[in-house]
Amino acid sequence: MATVEPVIRVENLTAGYDETVILRGLNFVVNPGEVFVILGGSGCGKSTLLKHMISLHPPLEGRVLINGRDITAADGDERREIMRGFGVMYQSGALFGSMTLLENVRLALEEYTDLPVAAMDLIARMKLELVGLDAFTGHLPSEISGGMQKRAAIARAMALDPGILFLDEPSAGLDPITSAELDALIRRLQRTLGVTFVVVTHELASIFAIADRVIMLDKRTQGILAEGDPKVLRDTSDNPWVRQFFRREAELAETPA
Amino acid sequence: MTTAALAVSDTPDGRRVLALSGRLDATTLRQLWDDAHRALAEAPTRPVTVDAAGIEYCDGAGIALLVDLVAHPRAAPVEVTNLRPDHDVLFRQFDPERLEHDLDPEPKRAPVVEEIGRTAAGIWRDIRNQVEFIGEMVAALGSAIIRPADVRWRDVWRICERVGADGLPIVALISFLLGLILAFQSAVPMRRFGAEIFVADLVGIAMVRELGPLMTAILLAGRTGAAFAAEIGTMHVNQEVDALTTMGLDPVRFLVVPRIIAALLMTPLLTLFAMLVGLAGGALTMQSFAIPLVTFLKEVDSAVTPTDFMAGFVKSFVFAITIAGVGCLRGLETAAGASAVGDSTTRAVVSGIILLVVIDGIFAVIYFVLDI
Repeated sequence: MATVEPVIRVENLTAGYDETVILRGLNFVVNPGEVFVILGGSGCGKSTLLKHMISLHPPLEGRVLINGRDITAADGDERREIMRGFGVMYQSGALFGSMTLLENVRLALEEYTDLPVAAMDLIARMKLELVGLDAFTGHLPSEISGGMQKRAAIARAMALDPGILFLDEPSAGLDPITSAELDALIRRLQRTLGVTFVVVTHELASIFAIADRVIMLDKRTQGILAEGDPKVLRDTSDNPWVRQFFRREAELAETPA
Repeated sequence: MTTAALAVSDTPDGRRVLALSGRLDATTLRQLWDDAHRALAEAPTRPVTVDAAGIEYCDGAGIALLVDLVAHPRAAPVEVTNLRPDHDVLFRQFDPERLEHDLDPEPKRAPVVEEIGRTAAGIWRDIRNQVEFIGEMVAALGSAIIRPADVRWRDVWRICERVGADGLPIVALISFLLGLILAFQSAVPMRRFGAEIFVADLVGIAMVRELGPLMTAILLAGRTGAAFAAEIGTMHVNQEVDALTTMGLDPVRFLVVPRIIAALLMTPLLTLFAMLVGLAGGALTMQSFAIPLVTFLKEVDSAVTPTDFMAGFVKSFVFAITIAGVGCLRGLETAAGASAVGDSTTRAVVSGIILLVVIDGIFAVIYFVLDI
């Protein structure tokens, strides 16, 4: 494999809150332009890992490098600078409720650029068009459906054209069709814009539709159970837990270790 | 048959038979539950057979009775027989042994010393958070003064409307009534000495120095402080605050500064209004005590000095920062969960009002020392 500089490098990361360790000693990289999926059963620390990767929580140990810079040690302007390199879509969408979709997307532009208002409006409108919401720019988040909110959140995350997008459970709470549409959107954006995606999910359909590479987290060992192409893992992994997960056999997955 | 029945009999070979019959569900079991256990307790050494042949209907509660009878620790074994296949499937799902033990007991109450320690550590953390927040707030306000263009003025005006214009009726009503009542309560005894004219002095000084600013601030703590805490708290729960952070936007600059500026602009105005309306209330009362408006105003004018007015007015700025700051801090501190926003709102109002009264006391001391 050609040596490409990874966009995200997680080194020896121990994640958790206060005294509770949730994940221990993780090491992995995310390569440019790939859709990287973090998966695992409920409560295994997927979202926790994501929060640590985007530095919403300081790690108990280890560090996270984004575009070669250590976000866990950065402060003030440097931290903001690193954060400009990625966008985040939260599980609930987390759109600002008092602003219209256009204002939500425009916010980052207002804060970071000196562009004239008309230009910012146009850029925001274009981002919303990318996610198929150009007809809803004047709506408030509460006036649109859950799937649309998530798409709007992706548009907002893309406002400053970051190279990396983090998506926390994009298909959570969506019906299969809406969820498939979102998967298609992710694929399209990755193909056309070359954005690197880091997606947290446990939806099997989603994983096979979008993932280039996955890591599978494990509650028992608090570490990474498997890493690689999901289809290869499904067909060839000799780890029973991995096979069970991909074949949806709840029985074994639910049995305590 | 819609009730459940229990028949207890002993066989010649020393076995006790509990024959259950009828409908075993949550509504029919009350009496049966105790009876069955009593029957077991009366013959602690005999083996027991629970004959389920007569059971016509059995739901989760009925199965629970069977499981409980089997699982109850006693010298001789208990067995269930003749259970209908469909009930048997339900019954076999459970392992009585396992259900006997609480696999995840509630944590024992920590010893008192530990509780005290934890509470003290919590208070210490709280204080540290507050100091940190005050620092961040001052820094953000400072940079807002240096670079006013960075302030989100649109938010400021929106919040001003909610704090000021929307708060005006309640502030006016309460101050008016306060002036009215204050004048009435003091005029009655003072009339006995023919001194009702001095009620104007009393109402004037009280409203301008003390009650105008304090009552306005307390009303705003309940109205605006709570609203700030709820608004920011909900944003926190919805991860909107996280979204701001990862967009590289400082939540303090973005959410707290506009609110503090709005409160700083509106609280003094409302306080002024409260003073005036309070005096109007007093004047109205005095009309009924045959003191005309002109006399009242002249008396107020001679009693209340500009210093009195400034003493009250200056306080309103400090109150404004306190109310908005506490509201925003409690909002940002909101934990996860449905009750969290309610908790933050309560904490915002309670700690806001306490702080207001304490600060008012400090002002009283300072004014006394400075002889104002």
